[in-house]
Amino acid sequence: MDAPLLIVGASMAGLRTAEGARRAGYSGPIRFLGAEEHAPYNRPPLSKELLQTPGHGHAEVAFPIRSALEEGVEWMLGRPATALDTARQVVTDARGDEHAYSALVIATGLRPKPLPIDGHGLTGIHVLRTIDDAVALRDSLRPGANVVILGSGFVGCEIAATAAKNGATVSIVTQSRVPLERALGPLLGAEMRRRHEAHGVRFFCGESLFGLVGDPAVERVILTSGVMLECDVLVVAVGSDPNTEWLQGSGLDVSDGVLVDGGLRAIGVDGTVHPQIFAVGDVARYPNPLFDDVARRVEHWNLPTETGKRAGQLIAAQLAGDDCEPLAAAGFAPLPSFWSDQYDAHVLAFGMTYLADRSELVAGSLDDECIVEYYRGDALVGVCGIGMRGAVQAYRSKFAVPARQ
Amino acid sequence: MIRIDVDMDKCQHYGQCVFEAPEVFQLNADDKLEYVAEAPDEMLGDLEAAADVCPMQAILITKA
Ligand SMILES: Cc1cc2nc3c(=O)[nH]c(=O)nc-3n(C[C@H](O)[C@H](O)[C@H](O)COP(=O)(O)OP(=O)(O)OC[C@H]3O[C@@H](n4cnc5c(N)ncnc54)[C@H](O)[C@@H]3O)c2cc1C
Ligand code: SF4
Repeated sequence: MDAPLLIVGASMAGLRTAEGARRAGYSGPIRFLGAEEHAPYNRPPLSKELLQTPGHGHAEVAFPIRSALEEGVEWMLGRPATALDTARQVVTDARGDEHAYSALVIATGLRPKPLPIDGHGLTGIHVLRTIDDAVALRDSLRPGANVVILGSGFVGCEIAATAAKNGATVSIVTQSRVPLERALGPLLGAEMRRRHEAHGVRFFCGESLFGLVGDPAVERVILTSGVMLECDVLVVAVGSDPNTEWLQGSGLDVSDGVLVDGGLRAIGVDGTVHPQIFAVGDVARYPNPLFDDVARRVEHWNLPTETGKRAGQLIAAQLAGDDCEPLAAAGFAPLPSFWSDQYDAHVLAFGMTYLADRSELVAGSLDDECIVEYYRGDALVGVCGIGMRGAVQAYRSKFAVPARQ
Repeated sequence: MIRIDVDMDKCQHYGQCVFEAPEVFQLNADDKLEYVAEAPDEMLGDLEAAADVCPMQAILITKA
């Protein structure tokens, strides 16, 4: 039997790649190797609906499996990959079993960065990436609980909003000057702070953790300024690291995620392209000609789908023995898009707002519905709206690959 | 025919679906989603794409 298309990481990006390969004509075997016990599910509700709805579990967030994947697909779940041998074309899993591949997809995503100080084994400390994390956190977010969130990115702010709505006492501790500073800039960041404060959330900006007090569960946290906060639940939401340990020594460039070319094909430390190895979703680092030629990891929900579709096309061509070069050379310029729900603010953005050196309010008013544009020099690199969906959507056409000189 | 169901309790009117299948999904003047409930089989690819990009995963596509 032919070796299967092997997809490591059974989540959104892996699923979309399998669908993309099928759509592009690949009808051979597919095998998923996934660290989690769960079939692919959607993560955004984990910090929103699922976190506030008792009883909601995997069924409420599972992705539907389309008919194209009903046959010829093997799901090997609860089996993390531990090593890749590109010369022999095999992946080893945690049981020591080897999996040969015809083409390999790396879709192992990210995991939360750990507590930056010694936790002394205290309980009551949480992170949020998986459904198991979400259920554990939900059970501890009781009304009246003192919740301290370390970090003020999207995940931290969404957890804060959900916890505050549930009647918890919420504090956000962050090194930034305003929440969501990197993604939304000072203008909208300050406005999001105002909205959180209106719901009782307290901010400790320019701060970090110095120490923890409690036994066996955390009871108080001490900040670097010396401030002490009551704390029953500590959530660590200070960003993520790529899951690439299993690729150490494989010869691929995994210095910050998996470096890939415009065809999402992995690039080795020696600069050569591996035509059978692809990386998709949050773990992939690739240049986007809409903005520049710098390879970046981008952690937005629409990109697992975009990268999966694109990799699927190349995989089908590669496994059919076609010449992939023209497809790969055609370039890959997906428009990143993200959204966030906090209280009644529905934030929707396009582009790479975090590349901007300035932002400007162009419509509406900050404390209501509004649109903010983001510029790097004179170039529009992003747009973000609170509400005003139609007008924000209309910006999509403003992002285009500059014509070659 | 293909049946299109949008769970309007989940839908937040983001309009991402509109770009994949504008024949079926539209935002009206109040920025609220409007859609038609049936489409021909040839649209399956576009409709699946629309379901894929919906942030709330509110779109259900079934072959009638
Ligand atoms: C709580 C939360 C809320 C979010 N909300 C939003 C939002 O509102 N808007 C937005 O735009 N984006 C949001 N995102 C981001 C979005 O969900 C991600 O971009 C998306 O999940 C990335 O998908 P992925 O398949 O690339 O990676 P992941 O979903 O991380 O999947 C990677 C999978 O690989 C598995 N894996 C890891 N190592 C191995 C191994 N060695 N072997 C086998 N399997 C392995 C993991 O267990 C995991 O199942 C949110 C993310 C989180 C965590
Ligand atoms: S993409 Fe989903 S949430 Fe957005 S308008 Fe369409 S159905 Fe509603």
